[in-house]
Amino acid sequence: MFNKDRWREIIEVLTTNVWRTIFTAFGVCWGIFILIVLLAAGKGLENGIKQDFGNIATNTMFMWTRATTKGYEGLPKGRRFEFKIDDVAALRDNVPNLRFISPRNQLGGFGGNNNVVRGIRTGAYNVYGDYPEIINQDPMAVTSGRFLNYNDINEKRKVAIIGQGVKNDLYDKDEDALGTYIKIQGVNFMVIGTYKKNSSGGGEEGQKEIFVPFTSFSQAFNRGEDVGWMAITANNGSSISQLKDKIVDVMKKRHKVHPEDTRAVGYFDLYEQYNRVESLFGALKAVAYIVGIMVLLSGIIGVSNIMLIVVKERTKEIGIRRALGEQPWSIKKQILMESIFLTLISGMVGIILGSLVIFGINSLLDSVGPVDMFMSPSVSVGVVTGALTILMVSGLLAGFIPAQSAIRVRPIEALRTE
Amino acid sequence: MIEIKDLHKSYKMGSNSLHVLKGINFKVEEGELVAIMGSSGSGKSTLLNILGMLDGADSGEYTLDGVPIKNLSETKAAQYRNKFLGFIFQSFNLINYKSALENVALPLYYQKVPRKERQEKAMKYLERVGLKPWADHLPSELSGGQKQRVAIARAMAAEPKVLLADEPTGALDSTTSYEVMDLIQKINDDGNTILVVTHEEDIAHMCKRIVHLKDGVIVEDKKVEQVRAEQYV
Repeated sequence: MFNKDRWREIIEVLTTNVWRTIFTAFGVCWGIFILIVLLAAGKGLENGIKQDFGNIATNTMFMWTRATTKGYEGLPKGRRFEFKIDDVAALRDNVPNLRFISPRNQLGGFGGNNNVVRGIRTGAYNVYGDYPEIINQDPMAVTSGRFLNYNDINEKRKVAIIGQGVKNDLYDKDEDALGTYIKIQGVNFMVIGTYKKNSSGGGEEGQKEIFVPFTSFSQAFNRGEDVGWMAITANNGSSISQLKDKIVDVMKKRHKVHPEDTRAVGYFDLYEQYNRVESLFGALKAVAYIVGIMVLLSGIIGVSNIMLIVVKERTKEIGIRRALGEQPWSIKKQILMESIFLTLISGMVGIILGSLVIFGINSLLDSVGPVDMFMSPSVSVGVVTGALTILMVSGLLAGFIPAQSAIRVRPIEALRTE
Repeated sequence: MIEIKDLHKSYKMGSNSLHVLKGINFKVEEGELVAIMGSSGSGKSTLLNILGMLDGADSGEYTLDGVPIKNLSETKAAQYRNKFLGFIFQSFNLINYKSALENVALPLYYQKVPRKERQEKAMKYLERVGLKPWADHLPSELSGGQKQRVAIARAMAAEPKVLLADEPTGALDSTTSYEVMDLIQKINDDGNTILVVTHEEDIAHMCKRIVHLKDGVIVEDKKVEQVRAEQYV
């Protein structure tokens, strides 16, 4: 297959009519170019959207309580109830494969009144009572000081980690926040750390949060044993979507909620949401492949066409070769190799051009800064290998009919054409 | 060397069929130089095609060097052609993008002879037809006579049992024709079996035996006194 004479012949045949070869090659080149660029654009969109999820642990659900809608065990419907701190231990005991269970309490909220005071400055922020694990579920970068730890929890220390946005509001530009005090609803907390969230989904709001120890929060703001809501993350191997029914059932049982009451325990399954986005990109990729391959197909037909013409032009030559004793298979192989070579080379040019365009877009994006919903379009090595395989197969297909017609050339008929 | 018994061949032309060969019997011994003569339509080219395994017979027997040639697959036929036969055509049929040397080396390539050995052998045959200095020339840079000599070298390169020449001088002027015939005679002198299809009397008489074909049958088969082409060159 790799002998010098065969390759010389392939080159010779393809260079006899350079422009024709180039125009034919262009069809394939264009097809693979479109395929690569479409896939890269899809990937860019995917990267952009996934950026919005940030690095939130996606295998997570949030759970809260609502009024019951069914009476049960003598209790009336429309009853309000709260999760208790014991529920966390109960979930640990009853549901396997849970990685983090973070009970949370919250003050303030969207459009709330000013609840934090420092000197003469005030602001309205979300204040959370949290356990140290929350940093794994709602990732943030601690820019100075430290995050909560279990000593804070156990000793009910009145300490707080404030967001970059909070610091900007309450402090002067060069002021050091660490060690200072802020007053949250009349209670003083010492600032021990600042954070910054890089998730663009959180936006401005995400930078304007204050985290304090769960236990200090409960004590300071009279929450007793109550838990406002929970963030629950499953182990990597198992999906929270499958575990959530069990979790909700445990909660219903502990709080005497009718087993068929679907409203009493509210939840939001982030993983399901994430999967929906994931499948959207799956569909997008499929569309890119279909469109790309369709365009490529017309290029392939072009190659097939040209190879048929080449065979026609070389009818006499093929006849001579056969008279001299060339095996039919060898002639077929020659035509197939010419076709594969042509498709592969032009496809590679297409891949290179596509990569250059992607490179160009990337450096453009870098220079103008982040764009909404679009980030670093790229194609993986896997995609390129896939494209090359597609080219190989299509070259083979394109050459198949011409090769077949080449060995159908009868030597006498070929030699008779004068 | 060649033995043919009761060979029939007809071509289908639409609804009616054309009976071209109507029972040919003949035998060629090793070392013979046979001219096959006949007007156009007499079936001489058809006979040559069948002898050359480029076409199959409808009925009859054909034995080449003791091997019965019958119901060959394309692959087998290609193998036999390569091993047993050398072709010389009226229109030379050189491959025009290959140099003289490469053209001569072609049959050896199909025999999977290694490149180096192939080149050496091809050069040897080119030298024998007196074209060694033209080895790197393309066919378009050669004269008609030179082209035919390259074709003869190519036919000889695989060292076949039989050389089949279809009007080898048909496209050449008489001086060049005699040069080519001189070469063919010399090859025959070395013991090679050669069949020449021609319609030119003088060329036929440069062979040792003349077979006349007419309307698909052999009408005459005679040995002749060979006229050496040398004297005209």
